[in-house]
Amino acid sequence: MGMIRIISRSFPLTLLPLTARAEWTVNLSPGVTEISRSIYDLHMTIFWICVAIGCVVFGIMFWSIFHHRKSRGAKAHHFHEHTLVEVIWTLIPLGILVAMAVPATATLVKMYDPKDAGLDVQVTGYQWKWRYQYLDQDLDFFSNLATPQEQVTNDQAKSENYLLEVDRHLVLPTDTKIRFLLTANDVIHSWWVPALAVKKDAIPGFINEAWAQIDEPGIYRGQCAELCGKDHGFMPIVVEAVSPEEFQQWLVAAKAEKAAAAEAANRSWTLDELMQRGEQVYLGTCAACHQANGEGLPPAFPALKNSPIAVGDVGAHIDIVLNGKTGTAMQAFRDQLDPVELAAVITYERNAWGNSTGEAVSPTQIADRIGAAQGEGN
Amino acid sequence: MAILDTTGGLDTTAGELHEEHHHGPAKGIGRWLFTTNHKDIGSLYLWFSLLMFLTGGVMALLIRAELFQPGLQLVEPGFFNQMTTMHGLIMVFGAVMPAFVGLANWMIPMMIGAPDMALPRMNNWSFWILPFAFAMLVSTLFMDGGAPNFGWTFYAPLSTTYAPPSVTYFIFAIHIMGASSIMGAINIIATILNMRAPGMTMMKLPLFVWSWLITAFLLIAVMPVLAGVVTMMLMDIHFGTSFFNAAGGGDPVLFQHVFWFFGHPEVYIMILPAFGIISQIIPTFSRKKLFGYASMVYATASIAILSFLVWAHHMFTVGLPLVGELFFMFATMLIAVPTGVKVFNWVATMFRGSLTFETPMLFAIAFVVLFTIGGFSGLMLAIAPVDFQYHDTYFVVAHFHYVLVPGAIFSIMAAVYFWLPKWTGHQLNETLGKLHFWLSFIGVNITFFPMHFIGLAGMPRRIPDYALQFADFNMVASIGAFIFGFSQLLFVWNVIQNVRSGEKASAQVWEGAEGLEWTVDSPAPYHTFSTPPKVD
Repeated sequence: MGMIRIISRSFPLTLLPLTARAEWTVNLSPGVTEISRSIYDLHMTIFWICVAIGCVVFGIMFWSIFHHRKSRGAKAHHFHEHTLVEVIWTLIPLGILVAMAVPATATLVKMYDPKDAGLDVQVTGYQWKWRYQYLDQDLDFFSNLATPQEQVTNDQAKSENYLLEVDRHLVLPTDTKIRFLLTANDVIHSWWVPALAVKKDAIPGFINEAWAQIDEPGIYRGQCAELCGKDHGFMPIVVEAVSPEEFQQWLVAAKAEKAAAAEAANRSWTLDELMQRGEQVYLGTCAACHQANGEGLPPAFPALKNSPIAVGDVGAHIDIVLNGKTGTAMQAFRDQLDPVELAAVITYERNAWGNSTGEAVSPTQIADRIGAAQGEGN
Repeated sequence: MAILDTTGGLDTTAGELHEEHHHGPAKGIGRWLFTTNHKDIGSLYLWFSLLMFLTGGVMALLIRAELFQPGLQLVEPGFFNQMTTMHGLIMVFGAVMPAFVGLANWMIPMMIGAPDMALPRMNNWSFWILPFAFAMLVSTLFMDGGAPNFGWTFYAPLSTTYAPPSVTYFIFAIHIMGASSIMGAINIIATILNMRAPGMTMMKLPLFVWSWLITAFLLIAVMPVLAGVVTMMLMDIHFGTSFFNAAGGGDPVLFQHVFWFFGHPEVYIMILPAFGIISQIIPTFSRKKLFGYASMVYATASIAILSFLVWAHHMFTVGLPLVGELFFMFATMLIAVPTGVKVFNWVATMFRGSLTFETPMLFAIAFVVLFTIGGFSGLMLAIAPVDFQYHDTYFVVAHFHYVLVPGAIFSIMAAVYFWLPKWTGHQLNETLGKLHFWLSFIGVNITFFPMHFIGLAGMPRRIPDYALQFADFNMVASIGAFIFGFSQLLFVWNVIQNVRSGEKASAQVWEGAEGLEWTVDSPAPYHTFSTPPKVD
């Protein structure tokens, strides 16, 4: 089956950094929002209630185990019923639960109030990356895992934020109520940032709401929390909270960058330039399924090396990359990548691993194709 | 007797029937294939469950080996997902449930003074379809595209549109398991309601029998729901419906509602018989009657009824409306009340008893303590706003393993050690039993307690690789898992040795044991209570 492999050389490599950075975290973090702090307080309250009940119940039990053992000559008493006692130990827990339910309800009501948000961000889960759209801002990007595959396979030492680093952070302003609108493109994902106490399922066909108001600037890391297929463990979330002024500056810069990328699609690109760019895009976007060596993981993820599509008709190749293939994990990359990236990655796939078509696909060719498809759609 | 004579008379001559009664079990493999004897079928269920426990255990060890260190060492992420899925399915449907049915088969007729189960031929059938179901499920590991990889909760659309082709075999296997469970449940209800010895009134039933009666009703109520949900999946996959496909106007959240309407009572199906077992063992080794018998029965029934009203606490993060969240939070918190009553009653039974600590009692005490810890984390998970932080993390993994391993599994081991001398006629090897207990107790806690910590620190469940801050406790958990896993070989060895040889056990076996099963010889004759006993 080829699914089990032993990489013996990996063991010494990973053991060393571990001992140096022992953390032994044992508890929730209070987080950086008002809600996350009240959740933390609820968590600690219910925890101490459980500890107290445990001490009483186990205390009595161990007292019996110690004092009422036959080897110490204990004779069994014969009581086996007491209605009043039963009523008491039904009512006391009930009272504790009611006392606990009151603050829990109050916190929940606050969590369910996303009104008057200053910023709306749509979060869309894809297998296996996140898309962030700043609504009303004309800004939209994907955020992919940035940890290199070599660290995962233990061929390289692991970086500090191993598996919790992405190519593009979700930048958010502090002291602003931010509303998240969550949905998914394929299967169910769950967007979770512990420091914000936001965990909400991203479900295809549904739009869920959540909100957060971040008090402190900083980098907050999270992960997908709902099993979403092969690379569920490899789609982290990185939130970068900055002051509202810095956020405005970032918005301007991000939009300028987007315009520059659109401009780059109009100039002509050489085969070498495209191959170089294409390799980066391929490793970041395609290699999780089709593998860095282009051999894929058949049958779920077919090989590109010598595949009829990658060495055959270029139009068909462009179509499948733009539109995906329904019923498979192959997504539509039309919105995920810009024309330069699309042209580069298709060129790379047609000229790497011994696929030697020698063809360069130009960004304008891609832009035309997208334009034509939109024309048909209208 | 009258019942046996009539059914036997239909297709055999009186002579053959007579011979069968007096000469014990048939010879060779035919004894096991065609048996209608509750003791034989009980043994088959228990051996099958042990085999599945070891199979699912090997998968668990593979998972823990991969998680020993960050990075991918042993398996690909896709195969890791197949392992978590198969481990869950095999342990729930192959190990825990059949073990309880096996115990029910062996013990219920002997505890109520009945000659056998009410429907012996169906009993044979409900066992013998199980090996086929699991052979089919395990065979998916060797299929193109691999075994089911969508978790034992198989949420759509990951398990429909995005599933490997083997999902169809998975659906068929689930149908067969469901049919087996429903037949088993019908048989248990029919036996308990109709075949009690004269004088064995309902409020005199041993608690193991009561808890199984209630469990059987839960099974009949929810297994058809499971069959329904997998059939809807089958329709979506092969016949173009869109129950769970948003693109076709369907609703992926509907899947979760239907699944958990089955799934939550299923959780209690795996723990109520355990409550029954513990309620037999603690009084025996405390030499004192169970405290609050009637309240135990009412508490069990309350838990069963509440189990139908709490399913969406598994779904606090799917975006339920506020009122829904509040309802399910309150209902879930309420379950702590009858569960607390049970724990208090067990402690009150031990209080001022005359305690000894043979192997079954050690497992029973560990059950009470560790199951209660699982109950505490359950109460924490019930608090909906906090659940947003716990949901789908290792905190949940710690919680349900605490109620299932030192909960359900420990109760099954306690039951085996408790009744084994009655089954085999040989006294238990206490030294080996106690060694097994202490290694299991230590192993289970080293494995699952640190999972609370890594969950709170933020590690999601079902991931093959993790960030560096989770590394230390993962390594500890993996070491514990191997201690726990390998110490189960002592259990297997102890049971096999006990079947083969040992000091002759008396009918009473344990000094403080009470009940009809202790009035028959050890080993129990092939046919017991052919003439009903009289219960005062």
